[in-house]
Amino acid sequence: MIETPLALPTTAAKVSLFRRLLTHPTGAASLLLLVLVALASVLAPLLATHDPGTASLQDVLAKAGSQHLLGADSAGRDVFSRLLFAGQFSLAGALLALAVAMVLGVTAGLIAGYYGGWFDSVSSWVTGLMMALPGMVVLLAARAVVGPSMWLSMMIFGVLLSPAFFRLVYASVTAVRNELYVDAARVSGLSDFRIIGRHILTVVRAPVIIQSAMVLGIAIAIQAGLEFLGLGDLNIPTWGSMLNDGFINIFKSPTLVLWPSLMIGLVCIALTLLANAMRDELERSRGPVKKSRKAAAAAAAADAEGAAEKRGAAAVVHADEPNENAGELLLEVTDLGVGYDQPDGSTTHVVNHVGLTVRRGEVHGLVGESGSGKTQTAFSILRLLPQGGRITGGSIFFEGKDLAHLSEKEMTKVRGKRIAYIPQEPMSNLDGAFTIGSQLTEPMRVCLGISKADARRRALALLAKVGIPNPERTFNAYPHQISGGMAQRVLIAGAVSCEPDLLIADEPTTALDVTVQAEVLNLLRELQDELNMGVILVTHNFGVVADLCDRVSVMQTGRVVETGPVRAIFNDARHPYTRQLLDAILEDTAPRGKYTAGKATAAPADGQSAGPMELKGVTS
Amino acid sequence: MTETLLDIKDVVVEYPLKGFRKEPFKALKGVSLDIRPGETVGLVGESGSGKTTLGRAVLGLAPVTGGSIKYRGQEISQASRAQRKELSHEIQVVFQDPYTSLNPSMTIEQILTEPLTVRKVDRQAANKRVAELLDQVRLPHGAAHRLPREFSGGQRQRVAIARALALDPKLIVCDEPVSALDLSTQARVMELFIEIQERTGVAYLFVSHDLAVVRHLSHRVAVMYHGEIVEWGDGEQVTGAPEHPYTQRLFMAAPIPDPDRQAKHRADRLRLLELQQEQDVQAGVA
Repeated sequence: MIETPLALPTTAAKVSLFRRLLTHPTGAASLLLLVLVALASVLAPLLATHDPGTASLQDVLAKAGSQHLLGADSAGRDVFSRLLFAGQFSLAGALLALAVAMVLGVTAGLIAGYYGGWFDSVSSWVTGLMMALPGMVVLLAARAVVGPSMWLSMMIFGVLLSPAFFRLVYASVTAVRNELYVDAARVSGLSDFRIIGRHILTVVRAPVIIQSAMVLGIAIAIQAGLEFLGLGDLNIPTWGSMLNDGFINIFKSPTLVLWPSLMIGLVCIALTLLANAMRDELERSRGPVKKSRKAAAAAAAADAEGAAEKRGAAAVVHADEPNENAGELLLEVTDLGVGYDQPDGSTTHVVNHVGLTVRRGEVHGLVGESGSGKTQTAFSILRLLPQGGRITGGSIFFEGKDLAHLSEKEMTKVRGKRIAYIPQEPMSNLDGAFTIGSQLTEPMRVCLGISKADARRRALALLAKVGIPNPERTFNAYPHQISGGMAQRVLIAGAVSCEPDLLIADEPTTALDVTVQAEVLNLLRELQDELNMGVILVTHNFGVVADLCDRVSVMQTGRVVETGPVRAIFNDARHPYTRQLLDAILEDTAPRGKYTAGKATAAPADGQSAGPMELKGVTS
Repeated sequence: MTETLLDIKDVVVEYPLKGFRKEPFKALKGVSLDIRPGETVGLVGESGSGKTTLGRAVLGLAPVTGGSIKYRGQEISQASRAQRKELSHEIQVVFQDPYTSLNPSMTIEQILTEPLTVRKVDRQAANKRVAELLDQVRLPHGAAHRLPREFSGGQRQRVAIARALALDPKLIVCDEPVSALDLSTQARVMELFIEIQERTGVAYLFVSHDLAVVRHLSHRVAVMYHGEIVEWGDGEQVTGAPEHPYTQRLFMAAPIPDPDRQAKHRADRLRLLELQQEQDVQAGVA
């Protein structure tokens, strides 16, 4: 039977980048400035009071006034009009460089990143070479060959800038090239052209836009630099040539240099700020908004209400089996709540009123599906909740101390020494830059205060104990040199190195192959027996639970719904959710059965749409 | 005599290793397998055994350097782009990770119509087909205009299944399609696989590391180890009474979700390991 998953979450509103930029203060300001400059340049013929090229001997270096709004230059040309027309050429030149850089860089990056092969090697080599060339020198050399053409030099500069786009696109494309959705598109028979257009370009779009703003700023600055050196085309007005003129006459008319530098400076700053603003909006979500005290109080009240509401029905508790050699109570968690602070000031509760106990020598399994809060509960006992998470209520009593209210300093003494932890992903929990030996001995020297030689002896003994065939070699190895199963053994060795009273294992075998899992489970059982530890085992696998656990708590949406001795849970589950989980186990279902050839040949062989067919032995 | 849909013979897949004159890495060392129409063939193995590589070789995503893969008698191991395009009608795929197998920036409708655009299906027919597909995988029609991130893992996997079904294929390569899902979701998605098979007669090459999943779904099962098939046959027989020592070890390693039976199972496993070790020693002597 198949249930229809009807509940779909509400759509998150899609806001365009442009709209988000308008709400970003510096983004909106720089955008406004750039639009004004662009408009002024485009409308130059309408706005200008004089022809930008007409020299007038009477007006040489004229002061600003009614005749010339911003004065006149050394040839008596109107500065205001020249500034407007120069904008046309400066911006167009920069845009040309950008276009050339983008077309070359993006295309080459796409091809090299997607296909790899010889084109990849050659283009990477060429970009490396281009980036090593000093741009200014190349431009000076080019001018000597092709003459003082602003357009040509900007095109050459565009070529020199193309590696910036190439690298960016190349990196993005290689990152998504092997994504499964690209593979799926290939299997669907899409041409490379369509795959690049639909799946790859969308990924590189945002970074390319950001990069464009930066490149445009650089192009304007370099172009101004060339013109300032007097290497530009003297026939067209540009900001750089105006700067040159102003600099020559800086003692006679100091304001001449001010206007073009102001334009160049403002436009470059605005472009850089715009790029930053776009990066902010595209790549980072905003941090938590500071809330007013009133809002905070309201949110807190709502939280309390929400938490109380989520308490729900009480958990099903199975009576303990009588057991005279039950250990002393090691850990007692009561009414534990864990919440995450949201940007709007409210708190999302992920664990509500959870209670559990662990005795010495007992393995307590925490079972549930993803999002049930089992890992959050385990982390809160270690007080290692991720950023933004905090314990919102309840107590965690461990050896007479309430861990929920312990200072960070005292907690450090408990962690590692008294409570140890085994993670899910062994590889990501070992630092690739250090040998396994140094990662094992360092905590021991801190926790137990023993010498380096002692720690080394102890570590080698531990590695042998967790079943590593050649402890000496593993001790000197780096994490990438050992397998996942070995890495998990190393982490287990590390966890028990300080002989803790309580061990928290978060899905310790989920990332391992089933044969390795069996070995690791055996190891955990042996160590637990020997050290008489209490263990909290977080898992979603009922096989692992059956293998190792004495007690089980079943969690659902942040609550414990059923708790009791392991046999009671497996044989006498009372909560509907527990029963649903147990029913989903496949181990006991019948196999699919034999393939019935006669029926199948009748079905799809001739390419017709298939009719319904029966298969013998199909299970419900 | 039953017609064979897919016939894999002595397939070798090699990946070149970096470095001058290095021996290439052999991911598959001569694997043979066949799939009949409407049949589910399960492929079990541990990580690195080559089970995923075999699936990718069938899809043309892995470099086949030896042997043959025949689809209805036609050789496809070295198929060209154009032939692949034709084959997309016949062979489709559902990947493991429902989070990376759907393009995050495309709506469900765009994802489902993508394979149809290759066929030049017009817009109206495509929309109709999307609605049918959503029905088939039991998703509401409202899902069409949403983005993948708004769905849970199980729902995303349903979308991936719908995409695979879009072109009415005869064979779907399923690469660990339920491994990333929660237990109860996993059970529902598996029922969906069976239901679709019974309705459309599609065949599955079902790759998984989970023995219980494979046992539940497969008519025949192949066990892979180090790039080779070590046991291949009837599902009930392979999963119930395995013959190869590796298969035996593999099946004994999976814990049984019952405390008392698992205790016995655990003891049995240790006995089996001892026995096999003894046999190895004896074989070494002889």
